[in-house]
Amino acid sequence: MSVSTDPRWPSEHYLKEDWGLRGWLLTTDHKRIAWLYLVSITAFFFLGGLAALLIRLELITPPGDLVSADTYNRLFSLHGIVMVWFFLIPSIPATLGNFLLPMMLGARDLAFPRLNLLSWYVYTLGGLFTLAAVIGGGVDTGWTFYTPYSTLFSNSAVIAAVMGVFIVGFSSILTGLNFIVTTHKMRAPGLTWFRLPLFVWANYATSLIMVLATPVLSCVLMLISVERLFGIGIFDPALGGDPLLFQHLFWFYSHPAVYIMILPGMGVVSEIIACFSRKPVFGYQGMVISIMSIAVFGFVVWGHHMFVAGQSLYAGLMFSFFTFLVALPSAIKAFNWTATLYKARIIFSAPMIYALSFVGLFTIGGLTGIILASIAIDVHVHDTYFVTAHFHYIMVGGMVTSYLGGLHFWWPKLTGRMYSELWSKVAALALFIGFNLTFFPQFLLGYQGMPRRYHEYPADFELLNVMSTLGAGVLAIGYLLPLLYLSWSLRFGAVAGGNPWRATGLEWTVDSPPLKHNFPRTPRVTEPAYAYDPTAD
Amino acid sequence: MSSESAYLPEVSKGLTLMPEQASAFAGEIDALFIALVVVCGLLTLAVFALIAIFGYRYRAGSRVDRRARFGKAADQRLELGVLAVMLVIFMGLFGWAGSLYLEMFRGPPAAMTLNVVGKQWMWKVQHPDGTREINTIHVPAGETIHLRVTSQDVIHSFYLPALRLKRDVLPGTYREAWFTADKPGEYRLFCAEYCGSYHAQMRGKLVVMEPADYQRWLTRQGDSESPAVSGADLFQSYGCSGCHLGKQGVRAPSLAGVFGRAVPLAGGGTLIADEAYLRDSIMQPQKHVVAGFDPIMPSYAGQISEEEVLQLIAYIKSLDAQERATSPAQDPTQGGALP
Repeated sequence: MSVSTDPRWPSEHYLKEDWGLRGWLLTTDHKRIAWLYLVSITAFFFLGGLAALLIRLELITPPGDLVSADTYNRLFSLHGIVMVWFFLIPSIPATLGNFLLPMMLGARDLAFPRLNLLSWYVYTLGGLFTLAAVIGGGVDTGWTFYTPYSTLFSNSAVIAAVMGVFIVGFSSILTGLNFIVTTHKMRAPGLTWFRLPLFVWANYATSLIMVLATPVLSCVLMLISVERLFGIGIFDPALGGDPLLFQHLFWFYSHPAVYIMILPGMGVVSEIIACFSRKPVFGYQGMVISIMSIAVFGFVVWGHHMFVAGQSLYAGLMFSFFTFLVALPSAIKAFNWTATLYKARIIFSAPMIYALSFVGLFTIGGLTGIILASIAIDVHVHDTYFVTAHFHYIMVGGMVTSYLGGLHFWWPKLTGRMYSELWSKVAALALFIGFNLTFFPQFLLGYQGMPRRYHEYPADFELLNVMSTLGAGVLAIGYLLPLLYLSWSLRFGAVAGGNPWRATGLEWTVDSPPLKHNFPRTPRVTEPAYAYDPTAD
Repeated sequence: MSSESAYLPEVSKGLTLMPEQASAFAGEIDALFIALVVVCGLLTLAVFALIAIFGYRYRAGSRVDRRARFGKAADQRLELGVLAVMLVIFMGLFGWAGSLYLEMFRGPPAAMTLNVVGKQWMWKVQHPDGTREINTIHVPAGETIHLRVTSQDVIHSFYLPALRLKRDVLPGTYREAWFTADKPGEYRLFCAEYCGSYHAQMRGKLVVMEPADYQRWLTRQGDSESPAVSGADLFQSYGCSGCHLGKQGVRAPSLAGVFGRAVPLAGGGTLIADEAYLRDSIMQPQKHVVAGFDPIMPSYAGQISEEEVLQLIAYIKSLDAQERATSPAQDPTQGGALP
């Protein structure tokens, strides 16, 4: 389809001019910055994915034969660090959030456009430090940097890796600040808090966590550097420090960070399910309350990472109790998404397949979280593949699936183009099947007692590991296909038009791709979010 | 030293749906786990089934009545109802798991206590009679075994899957674990906390034997020095005895009878002289200085292994016993003190 002949292709849009380096590297347009992030996190995703592939290939046989033990340890550390801080945490907020938050609010840009650009540069700088750590021999501490191993025993590039994560933390904080201020101050007339799309609520809650929790991570990473460089005893008992102090500080950030890595996905899925059910989300207010209570309660459950680490019995019981409580809003959300389908008009588009996959995988991930919260069980399965499987169900089954769903849902808005319907559905199904095949066997491995981060393992765990590795192959197809057909669509995709899904929401009221300043005139909102009617059509 | 302490012993088990149970407690854990799997499995099944049913029935092409049947108030009641049901289920599970957890830490009294020291990348074990093993632990079946675990270097985690038992092993800290293994056999021992290059090779086995077999096994190991006897030698060779034994009124207090007593501190207050306190006083003498003494003792951190510290502690504890045997008239509150 030739662009010049299609009347739905806008004559003016944000991608039309300024294709020089200046136009991209000095842009303050939130939509272009979203693209900068999209390209960067995609590169990091495939780097982290490559490490995962090598890990799975090593584990296809019981002895450590493909790579050495030290290389293996560097691979899983690289995989964790890159996937958590350079893909998952920025994934939805920095790409879709950056692009959509101002549009959903009816604003011309974020509140601080230059701060937004700065946050991408900070992210890139952090990424360069991390790449330097990889090139400089790698880091072998795991993404958790547990002391005193990381401070006094590891012979790897800990400082460079820690610096990379330290720096990228500021990028999260800046993005979070920007989103909070934008949501408070730049909503269009008539767009009250309880008319906000759930995607906005989810990113708002995520931003709160980013701003409140990330400084703690920054502090604890500094403390690692201080102990490692200057031998000042903070965590090492031989120097009068306390190794558990590190775990408390680290998880005080990293547990809320888990919610940074899932709340935006919940927002995306709510949008998609409403659109392709042609029905308002069931229990909108309940959804909002759930999002906010997850953000708040997420701060008081960090100790469930330390049930066998040596905290007091009663601290353990309290953390177990709060963990059961924080599961309630998640349970309500899963119920509400399912209830939205009742008496709906369901269209199985690719985004919808991703969104329904999310609901299923998130349910499994969440409920296995309940098994782990059951403190006596956790003693057995802690630090085994059961935990590995559980958090991959949340972070990959949940967040990555919803990220891809969101990317497919808003791709026509981002680019003005459509992608292949057939191939996108194939990719979505490959992801669901490949994911379950990869990670479900790991639950069984974990209860059998196979510990995490093992380069080699007893022979009777082999069958389940082979299944997991084969599944990873299918999963890889699910990730590579979108890279191909989405890139293809950039040039050859059919023109999408302003609202190909007939979705509600301010971002769908304008052309695709949108104008540089989003709206020809400031929109006025007169109805709640998701004004769909399943009885129409 | 045991001849069976082969490096990296393998225990071959074959794949089963549930891992082996070597104790009654493992059965209790599994019962809870099965209950959890049933509850969570049913909930998951419900979600998947509803998605499938609604997805088919309300697909875009189907001709069904889509008019809302319930009002908003009814929807909210349903939502709150689901919340209430989940709350009840979750609290039940919390209570069940929590009580098992407490049981896990409040074991019956010990028949014997083994010292276990984790270090990169092996497990070193010492029995009460002094027998030592590496990466293999022999224990009698049916008896309550207490473990005192610590680490020489980084954090490890002592994991016996067949007993559903795991404790992180921290440097500078003594932690206790207990188990009663009922079923003779060989079981796996893993390090579960990532500890560096050869973390995956920090494996071993637990050998549970009939008590008579265990006694025969102990005898076969030959005469070993008990930890207290080794500790007495160390007490001499590290020069502790120069200050701490014998003469009254010198720079350091006598250690006879100190274990288990309240020690007055220079900074005010008192501390019970337990194992952790004795260890601290050797490795970080300035941490708790005893009232009436100058802080002049040098630290032994980095010069003495964790196993040796445990032996010294065993020796100091044995002094306690000796003293009570020889001078029962002495007032127990007038004990020795540590610098």
